[in-house]
Amino acid sequence: MGSITFIEHSGDQHAVEIEEGKSLMQIAMDNGVPGVDADCGGECACGTCHVIVDANWTSKTGNVTEEETLMLDMTPEKADTSRLSCQITTTEAMDGMVVRLPEFQM
Amino acid sequence: MNILSPAIEKGTELLSPALEKGAEILSPAIEKGAALVPIHLQIKGAHVFQKVKKTIIKGKPIPVFIETPLPDVETLAIEDIDVSSPFLYKQNRWQSYFKRLRDECPVHYQKSSPFGPFWSVTRYEDIMFVDKHHDLFSAEPIISLGGRPDGLAIETFIAMDPPKHDLQRQAVQDVVAPKNLKEMESLIRSRAEDVLDNLPTDVPFDWVQNVSIELTSRMLATLFNFPYEERHKLAYWSDVAASSPETTGGTGSTDEIFTVAATAAKKFSELWRTREAEKAAGKELGFDLISLLLSNENTKDMIDRPMEFMGNIALLLVGGNDTTRNSMTSGIHALNQFPDEFIKLKDNPSLIPNMVSEIIRWQTPLAYMRRVAKEDVELNGQTIKKGDKVVMWYASGNRDERAIDQPDQFMIDRKNARKHLSFGFGVHRCMGNRLAEMQLRILWEELLKRFENIEVVDDPQYVQSNFVRGYTQLMVKLTAKKS
Repeated sequence: MGSITFIEHSGDQHAVEIEEGKSLMQIAMDNGVPGVDADCGGECACGTCHVIVDANWTSKTGNVTEEETLMLDMTPEKADTSRLSCQITTTEAMDGMVVRLPEFQM
Repeated sequence: MNILSPAIEKGTELLSPALEKGAEILSPAIEKGAALVPIHLQIKGAHVFQKVKKTIIKGKPIPVFIETPLPDVETLAIEDIDVSSPFLYKQNRWQSYFKRLRDECPVHYQKSSPFGPFWSVTRYEDIMFVDKHHDLFSAEPIISLGGRPDGLAIETFIAMDPPKHDLQRQAVQDVVAPKNLKEMESLIRSRAEDVLDNLPTDVPFDWVQNVSIELTSRMLATLFNFPYEERHKLAYWSDVAASSPETTGGTGSTDEIFTVAATAAKKFSELWRTREAEKAAGKELGFDLISLLLSNENTKDMIDRPMEFMGNIALLLVGGNDTTRNSMTSGIHALNQFPDEFIKLKDNPSLIPNMVSEIIRWQTPLAYMRRVAKEDVELNGQTIKKGDKVVMWYASGNRDERAIDQPDQFMIDRKNARKHLSFGFGVHRCMGNRLAEMQLRILWEELLKRFENIEVVDDPQYVQSNFVRGYTQLMVKLTAKKS
């Protein structure tokens, strides 16, 4: 069983087990990763499950839709590899992936 | 764009020759734009023009709202239910009215309200659908049930669709970016301490005036880098801006609204010119709203687009004022209605952040946002026609039993308390949500340090509006904590 590591803005790390087919947001919530709010519950409608994917892993996390880009543009902390974790479906191919959390979920 | 032209466009075909002559005299000056005619004079000009127009031709009548007791919703036929009444919240009828709509007709058409025909969307999931689909539902030209006063067609990004919306919002969103929030935290706390330390104990006083308005005015003065000693004007201007009867069913008058708009325009234009001069002199710009607008390529000339300039000022004023103010009051009200929750809070102050979300859900300080269908849309069994007004009643969705467990209960330890509609969802989601939450959190942290009890001693007085769910007065008595 593979794992994905969330790194909080403070530097604290949380390695969580991949559950194939679940969204990255959902496994963060299920494992109580701090710093992910997910106010809209996975509708790509609030921007509060923002993560910054390690640049080496962006080929594994799928495409960004126009809707997701619109929501990401609303956060001042947007980076080149920013994603909404509710829009990433986890697979075993993400074993070892690292994602960073922003300072604030806006 | 200048502000007189829409009125002139609408008016000229109907106008008497004398007025047409007037329009001819006015228009060359207007075409040269704001560079020559200061905004406040343009607004004054529009006001005079509207007055003349109203006496000569029959314009759109402004609805007059005289309060009478609303009937029990069970006595009404479903098609006669009109949730646009500005007295629904004031008379505490809103829960029963919306519950009936949610249960019997969740997407409901009211064909003859004082604000014209409109659809009400009342269930959580349907509201989420509408809010997410800006491709199907436009936020233009305005997000209130009624229109803007004639001649004051202000433009704001809350009422713009992508892509124009995105550019304008991005220009100002840094005012509430993490860097600013961190800088603001200690300032907000010291002000809360100052206000709370000066409150009387053991005697009744009005929480709205002495705490909620005072704290939000101070915050607004900071956001705008507005003269601190004149901060109370900001709250007053905001109240008047949101009070137009044709827009929200409020108690404002056209004269008052135009007067305030002209006064505010003058003041904010001066503020803009001051910052602009500082910028030209090489001074580093701050992180207040006007400095941010001045330093962004898309908005640095906004002063030359008066309706856009005033629109953005009004948006941030109203957005930062009524919402936080009324949440500051409603927390007190809610804990008095649910005293066990107050005990729970005192036993466990770490519940404050969760309680803040619960307050914002429970109060839902803005009742709704309005959209216009861009095409025919099927929603929950109804066909909304292209061009129809659609109102997403957040206040109803936040009490939807289908989405929220025991929604009428105020529970400070509610699970998933953040899952509420008060901030909206999608591209128009509230920009100031984190700032608002921070202000409320700090207020409650400081309250618990000082007071053993906060007792509501009289019935609250409410705002007349179908949009703002607010308090005009809440009399309370404080008991100091034994040291």
